[in-house]
Amino acid sequence: MEFFKAKPSIPFMKQRWLAAAISGVIFLCSIVSLSFHGLNLGLDFTGGTQAEVAFTQTISANTLRQQLIDAGFHQATVQAFAKSNNADNAFSVRVGLRPSLTQEQLKAQLLQAMPGATINSLEYIGPTVGKQLLTNGILAVVLAFVGTMIYIALRFEYRFALSAAIALVHDPVLILGVFSFFHLEFNMIVLTALLTVIGYSLNDTIVVYDRVRENFRKIRQLPPLEIMDLSINQTLSRTIMTSGLTLIVVIALFVYGGQSVHGFSLALIIGIVVGTYSSIYVAGSLAVAFGLTRSSLIPQQRVVDDRP
Amino acid sequence: MNQYPLWRYFLIAFLIIFGVIYAAPNLYGTDPAIQVQPKSGQAVSADDINKIQQTLQSQSIIASAITQQPTGLLIRFKDTEDQLKAQGYVQAVMGDADTVALNLAPKTPHWLRALGAEPMKLGLDLRGGIHFLFRVDTQAMLSERLNADTHAIGDTLRKADIRYAHIALLPQDLKKNSEGGVSIVFRDASDRDRALSLLQRQGEYADYQFSSTQQNDRYFVQAVLSVAAATALQEQAVTQNLTTLRNRVNELGVSEPVIQQQGRDQISVDLPGIQDTARAKEIIGKVAMVRFQLVDVEHDPLVAANTGVIPFGDTLYQLDGRPYLVKDDVVLSGKSILNASSITGDDGRPAVSIRAGGGEISRFNRITGENIGRPMATVYIETKAVQHIVNGKIEITQQQFPKIISVATINSALANTFEIDDMESDYAAKNLALLLRSGAYTAPIVPISERTIGPSLGKENIHTGTLACEVGLLIVVIFMLFYYHLFGLVADAAVLLNVVFIVAIMSLLGATMTLPGIAAIVLTVGMAVDANVLINERIREELRNGVTPQASIYAGYERAFVTIVDANVTTLIVAVILFALGTGSVQGFAVTLIIGLLTSMVTAIFFTRAIINLIYGKQQRIEKLSIGIRV
Repeated sequence: MEFFKAKPSIPFMKQRWLAAAISGVIFLCSIVSLSFHGLNLGLDFTGGTQAEVAFTQTISANTLRQQLIDAGFHQATVQAFAKSNNADNAFSVRVGLRPSLTQEQLKAQLLQAMPGATINSLEYIGPTVGKQLLTNGILAVVLAFVGTMIYIALRFEYRFALSAAIALVHDPVLILGVFSFFHLEFNMIVLTALLTVIGYSLNDTIVVYDRVRENFRKIRQLPPLEIMDLSINQTLSRTIMTSGLTLIVVIALFVYGGQSVHGFSLALIIGIVVGTYSSIYVAGSLAVAFGLTRSSLIPQQRVVDDRP
Repeated sequence: MNQYPLWRYFLIAFLIIFGVIYAAPNLYGTDPAIQVQPKSGQAVSADDINKIQQTLQSQSIIASAITQQPTGLLIRFKDTEDQLKAQGYVQAVMGDADTVALNLAPKTPHWLRALGAEPMKLGLDLRGGIHFLFRVDTQAMLSERLNADTHAIGDTLRKADIRYAHIALLPQDLKKNSEGGVSIVFRDASDRDRALSLLQRQGEYADYQFSSTQQNDRYFVQAVLSVAAATALQEQAVTQNLTTLRNRVNELGVSEPVIQQQGRDQISVDLPGIQDTARAKEIIGKVAMVRFQLVDVEHDPLVAANTGVIPFGDTLYQLDGRPYLVKDDVVLSGKSILNASSITGDDGRPAVSIRAGGGEISRFNRITGENIGRPMATVYIETKAVQHIVNGKIEITQQQFPKIISVATINSALANTFEIDDMESDYAAKNLALLLRSGAYTAPIVPISERTIGPSLGKENIHTGTLACEVGLLIVVIFMLFYYHLFGLVADAAVLLNVVFIVAIMSLLGATMTLPGIAAIVLTVGMAVDANVLINERIREELRNGVTPQASIYAGYERAFVTIVDANVTTLIVAVILFALGTGSVQGFAVTLIIGLLTSMVTAIFFTRAIINLIYGKQQRIEKLSIGIRV
């Protein structure tokens, strides 16, 4: 079985203005959503108490929310879980910081407010921990960017590193945009996924860049833009195959992995799709736009050595 | 061209056997169990075993197996409910002499265990339990220390007849970068200069940096606690708390607790298995107390011990088999003790040096001055939760266990610093210093985050995690086989082997598997297959270009190698950053990802090449490769 019977020759570079437009729109939408909606920061970052509760009787999220509000938990958020295996009615209940109560008292109050509930897990995060986790998270994102860029700059060239970085900014921003627009909870584990996407998305970019370097060596006549096109086309079936397979396993994780990894796998799903797009359309054309030529990849002496 | 030497096949066979053996224990699973361990270090007696069996029977808890082990008596149960119930009852029956710990006993067969193969540890999210994050309140301890030193400096100056107008803690706005200090105001310059030289000479205040200033007709001395001293103090507080927490947690009856420092002043505590946060906090939060009391020399302790008649206002204690009558009046309480350390005394014998401060000192000074030549005892009081069975139900009560840990003769009136000389050995001195510190004022710990995960949720997480892993694997395996035929089958074997390797290495390292860790395995399945996709696509490309099959295989592996390494390194960089900055479950994810990426390079390149060489390497002329294309 093959994706392309003949060698594919899709004119990716010709479509680069279209791609730029799409990227711009996506980027803008994400930024707009982020600045208006903000992020629904998870317990890890805000602090507070979150309980996973299950009921034997049927109960709706709204009833539950009302019960909690009646009991004095005005800011309580209630989220129904996707049907899990042994509990038909499972919810995640989150209440803000209550400095005056101990966790045991709070637990007792929650149980009182929700008759018939069993608490499967209870998590409390203090305000300082939240801040610290957020700082560490932001630091991790910055370090991940800088670290990978340095590696690409060392292994290839600074123009590659720069364009890979720009193409890369796409992916986390769009993921953040989606999480903001749909008001999905953004917690530590989603941030982990975000970072993983940064690493993973670079895979595709690097595979293309590797091929570009090889083609510059082998083929002399072609201008950079066509080399880029050729390289992307040559690696296309690999890109589709790998991204597709990884996407499949991540979808399996989303469907079967349970509530706790939902956000994580969703972020990865978006990241893999966008990452593949950005490494095909954005990373390559940007490198050319930054003035990538044959000589920037092949040291001059090599050219002299190659002459018969 | 495509032949591996024989030794490589032996190496591969060895690696596979190795991987399978060390991954195997995870297939057998674990039983919820309790472990009964006498504190004396001896085996549980037959009488006690009988007692335990009767107790379990009377509560109709069914033990699936009871085995004697070098580490104690292991009792296995069908489910965690029985296990939790049994722990309470057995602890109550056995009393204080034994620890009864919750445990997950692996069902690993004996021959595997003999090889050192153990299953992976499961994180709290997979087995249930409690996680605490404590912050050590070093600020409270620092201000306590500063307050005590303010008193002490005032005393020193008064004793030297140096008159000062005012002494106080440095005001907040003057603190700036320093950790705080003391400011003393004098009315004339000569007093100030005398005070300055006196204080600088005193070893007690070596932790301070002194400076003097003048404002109109007021003369100041500022003593600022040096940053190094403050940091040392904070570090000591955290270490102290770590030690204390470890001791307390052991009392809780949790096997495999994880207690570690996190960041500068935080301590994370993982208590797998248990569910009762209130009780856990109660036991963890208990601080031991220490105090100095005078020994009663007017009555005979031997008589009191024999007759049981204890004079009014005294308590009878034993130390090293000797009875002592100790007066109940407290001469100096633990909260006045600032620090205790073991030193070598003036006579060259081990000694313990104690620094004290606070309002009690003047009384301490007076009473010790009146009792020179008489013995003083150090009393150490521990509070423990004791379980009893009352009417078939378990009741927990708090009980204090006081004991004396040293008796020393008072040689002079004691004040802010004093020594307990002539200790038996260095070990005894160190131990006494440790006990004094742990019973003295240490920085309080505040829980800043906590998490309870029920055992059923843990089970469900394992179930869903494994299911996702299996489904993902199955789809990938089928698709690779379908797309690359024989080459796909070889890649499939490599992917499966990779999972085996990850599990084996995690088990060997004693790393903890968490739900994000399972997610990382799922993700590595996708990423590991990428290497083989790269190789196979390259081989196809070469074939399409008319290269011979043998040369295509060769070129495919050679050229793809660099790309595979480059592509994996970026993900590795990110994983290492995650490991360095993350905590708990994020680290679990990072570790698994790092291991998975490294092993995938071995399986996807080295292992598949070996198999492909085995299949095609010997054939002189190959018409066609089974890689899913027709050329």
